[in-house]
Amino acid sequence: MSELTLGYFLRRLGMWLLTIWIGATLIFTIPRLAPGDPITAMVERMIQQAGYIENSADLIEAWRARFGLDGPWHVQYRNYLLSMVRVDLGYSLANFPARVTDIIGRSLPWTLGMVSIATILSFCAGNLIGALMAWRRVPAAIRNILPVSLTFTSIPFFMFGILLISFLAFKWKIFPAFGNYGRGVEPGWNLDFILSVLHHGLLPVLSIVVTSMGFWALGMRGMMVTTDGEDYMILANAKGLRSRRIFWFYGIRNSMLPQVTALALNLGAVAGGSLLVELIFGYPGLGYFLYQAIISADYTVIQGIVFMLIVGVATAVLILDLLYPMIDPRITYSKGQA
Amino acid sequence: MTAATTIDPVDTVTASRGPAEQDTILDIRNLQVFYATPTGDVRAVDNVSFKVQRGEIIGLVGESGCGKTTTAMAILRLVQPPGRIAGGEINLDSVNLADLEGDDLRETRWTKLSLIPQGAMNSLNPVMRISSQIKDTIRTHEGRISNRELKERILQLLQLVGLPSRVYDMYPHELSGGMKQRACIAMAIALDPVLVIADEPTSALDVVVQRVVGETLLDVKERLGVSMIVIGHDMGLMAQLVDRLAVMYAGRIVEFAPVESIFNEQLHPYTQLLIESIPSIKEKKPLKLTEGLTHDLRTHMQGCIFQLRCPHVMDICREENPPMRALRSRHETACHLYDDDGVRLH
Repeated sequence: MSELTLGYFLRRLGMWLLTIWIGATLIFTIPRLAPGDPITAMVERMIQQAGYIENSADLIEAWRARFGLDGPWHVQYRNYLLSMVRVDLGYSLANFPARVTDIIGRSLPWTLGMVSIATILSFCAGNLIGALMAWRRVPAAIRNILPVSLTFTSIPFFMFGILLISFLAFKWKIFPAFGNYGRGVEPGWNLDFILSVLHHGLLPVLSIVVTSMGFWALGMRGMMVTTDGEDYMILANAKGLRSRRIFWFYGIRNSMLPQVTALALNLGAVAGGSLLVELIFGYPGLGYFLYQAIISADYTVIQGIVFMLIVGVATAVLILDLLYPMIDPRITYSKGQA
Repeated sequence: MTAATTIDPVDTVTASRGPAEQDTILDIRNLQVFYATPTGDVRAVDNVSFKVQRGEIIGLVGESGCGKTTTAMAILRLVQPPGRIAGGEINLDSVNLADLEGDDLRETRWTKLSLIPQGAMNSLNPVMRISSQIKDTIRTHEGRISNRELKERILQLLQLVGLPSRVYDMYPHELSGGMKQRACIAMAIALDPVLVIADEPTSALDVVVQRVVGETLLDVKERLGVSMIVIGHDMGLMAQLVDRLAVMYAGRIVEFAPVESIFNEQLHPYTQLLIESIPSIKEKKPLKLTEGLTHDLRTHMQGCIFQLRCPHVMDICREENPPMRALRSRHETACHLYDDDGVRLH
């Protein structure tokens, strides 16, 4: 295996920047293609609510200047890119003067924490179940029970979430129905806070894990069956290796490769995909605020969050590109075979 | 053995167990391997018996589906369901492998008998370095060994099969087919087994590499005194490599003899047709052995298994199954075409 070279890293970093630039440009372009502009729309909505607003035309002009929407498009575009580089996503239209970066900064850790833990748990559990379903040395009794754990795969996760809330939160009151931590708990590194976070996070995590596990399990089972038929599995048995070693280092190790690709793409889309879960559980993450922004036509927040998603996917792919040759030695960092 | 006749009766017991018996490494008796199908068992290997002496190379030839590989897999106890060992004994170093289970079986594997696989191309784990794949085998069976000692040992093995030491750190996809096959040979002898089974070790290799792999096998045998069973279609490799040749047909051994003897004179009609079907550059001869006439292996056949394709079939062939008889010195055949003195009847 050729070692990770600076050239390779720079090439991949270039791809990463290119992806983000194209994404940012699309975000810039698409709202401007639509008829009307958000400021006018908002002022008109205010006029409808208040009946009459003095000097509405001046107000619109002033706000356009404030949000950088005046001037020719190339000036706007340059300013927009510069602010993106400075990670300055502007102000929220609906909740002025809240900054978009503050909204994202407040919600992103919760989403990242909750959804990535859920995704990783689901990935591990699903792959293990799938691998065991395909492994012939597992006692038949256990192998027949395993598919039962995948029953909930056919239920959409938001339906399952509602089910969990109605029973565990409302009927039996074991878990809280909404929020990320309890009232009266001081945020910080104290046991009360951590327990409260876990208590609040468990149901959303559970609803994602239980309903997405099957996706991983079915993929893994298929890969494992294929791997089990390979000649090196027969040789591994002939070598008298312990069953456990063959399972992990010969079976799972070789079956994992396509699963890891899927995981990276999933992690990138984590924030967006969790929208409904966050909504149902009233969990103040990225998806929750995205929803709020959409219903209040808060363009800058939508732009900011979509931009974050693009950065997320691009970064996940970048990390995968750097990690893949370590997972699969047949993929190299060298230019010719990349 | 000839000495035994001159020794007095008291010693005969020990003497007759003498060199030949003691030097028997593998003694297979009435081995049966059946594959379960919805319409009944397919008798893939039916009553196969043979012995392998210490330091001897046995060749196993026959057409596709005759049970060569199944026999090998049965010896390694690697018959996969729906297949099963339905009967018989596989005595390796006076342990019946057919009776072993669990950890006993696992510990016997590779320490006593190892495999050089058929598809060397895919027989190495693609995500592990060659050294790691040899290492895990040694560590599993011999417990803790220092890394330095292990590395030295693996480098020695690589050298023994003619591989450069840089192969140590390489992955399978970085090796050529011949190098992979030699890496497999190095792995097979890592624990100094008494028996190595090579399942078509040269298939999918070009002729030069075939020759090199053949020489490597021979060299390994000379140095380690290991016994081998070599399975294959390649008569050239057999002539180069083996001491005795067993010809299999429809799950049975029909002829078993020293390789020179069998190339000089084929007694069984199937062996004759098999040898004749080797293409010759001197003359274009029509193929006498035709495909697709093997009898249904699910039914037990009355009489000789080769009667449907045999050009010399007689009435007795349809009645009685011919037993294996030594018709020449050490040359055994199961055929009614010869009388007990080895004289051909017609």
